[in-house]
Amino acid sequence: MDAPVSVAPAAEASPRSLHRFANPGRFLRLSGRVLPWLAGIALVLTLVGLYWGLFVAPADWQQGDAVRIMYVHVPAAWLASAGYFSLAVCAVLSLVWRHPLADLAAAEIGPVGAAFAALCLATGSIWGKPMWGAWWVWDARLTSVLVLFFLYLGHIALIRAFDDPQRGYRAAAILALIGAVDLPVIKFSVDWWNTLHQPDSITLTGAPSMYIGMLYPLAICALGFSLGFAAIVVARMRAAVMERRIRGLLMARAQEHTGMEAA
Amino acid sequence: MDHLPYIVAAYGLTVLVAGGFALDAWLRMGRARRRLAALDPRARR
Repeated sequence: MDAPVSVAPAAEASPRSLHRFANPGRFLRLSGRVLPWLAGIALVLTLVGLYWGLFVAPADWQQGDAVRIMYVHVPAAWLASAGYFSLAVCAVLSLVWRHPLADLAAAEIGPVGAAFAALCLATGSIWGKPMWGAWWVWDARLTSVLVLFFLYLGHIALIRAFDDPQRGYRAAAILALIGAVDLPVIKFSVDWWNTLHQPDSITLTGAPSMYIGMLYPLAICALGFSLGFAAIVVARMRAAVMERRIRGLLMARAQEHTGMEAA
Repeated sequence: MDHLPYIVAAYGLTVLVAGGFALDAWLRMGRARRRLAALDPRARR
């Protein structure tokens, strides 16, 4: 049984600190206002980006129309890494500041991140077959993303592995921090080793080596997918906060009932 | 459009996974809201 969500006293928490969001009631109010906008904008951007990528953007001179798989594969890959990075941030918030919503966020990000890592691997495999002639190669980029997927599975399993949920959260947070080492390996794998996977077309430091007519739909898809990922996580967190409150209420009622019987 | 089966498979899988997670989160949220409202009338607000 999960421990009921602790409610941080407003007087103790500085209004500027992260703990102002630790109050589940405040989180529910705030997320309730943000979620419809987040979900709506995500849906519109994703639909526009996918339509643009499928029907408007040009085919690649080498890859033909198979390049259109990029508009789902690349955002899934970015979100698989970004999702794990957010797990590591939650781990720091949990281990250092004991933020009560950090563990809950990590528990809800894990399955969504794992799904996007699986999606990245699956769409990459579907793209690889017509381009490389193989569904899978033990290339450094592919292998490091597969490791990321297993890290997600480990994180999910650890959270559920203990009778005391706090021990599960703690173990999962430590795995999230250690596993974050895989993120730079994924990023730089195409530079450090000779890989079949192509190098990054978009970097933070240089100009993109991609035709602008392909870059725009990719950017819109990436933004839409990112907002969609955030909306799914916020919705799952809202559900988790309410489920904990339900468990807390049921426990309190059961204790009241037992007390009355004993009296 | 060449490589159509691969493109359809990739997009179909994406819609299935992302849509499935979104639908699951939405249904879970609605279920939790109804149960909480039944237990605690203050949660109706």
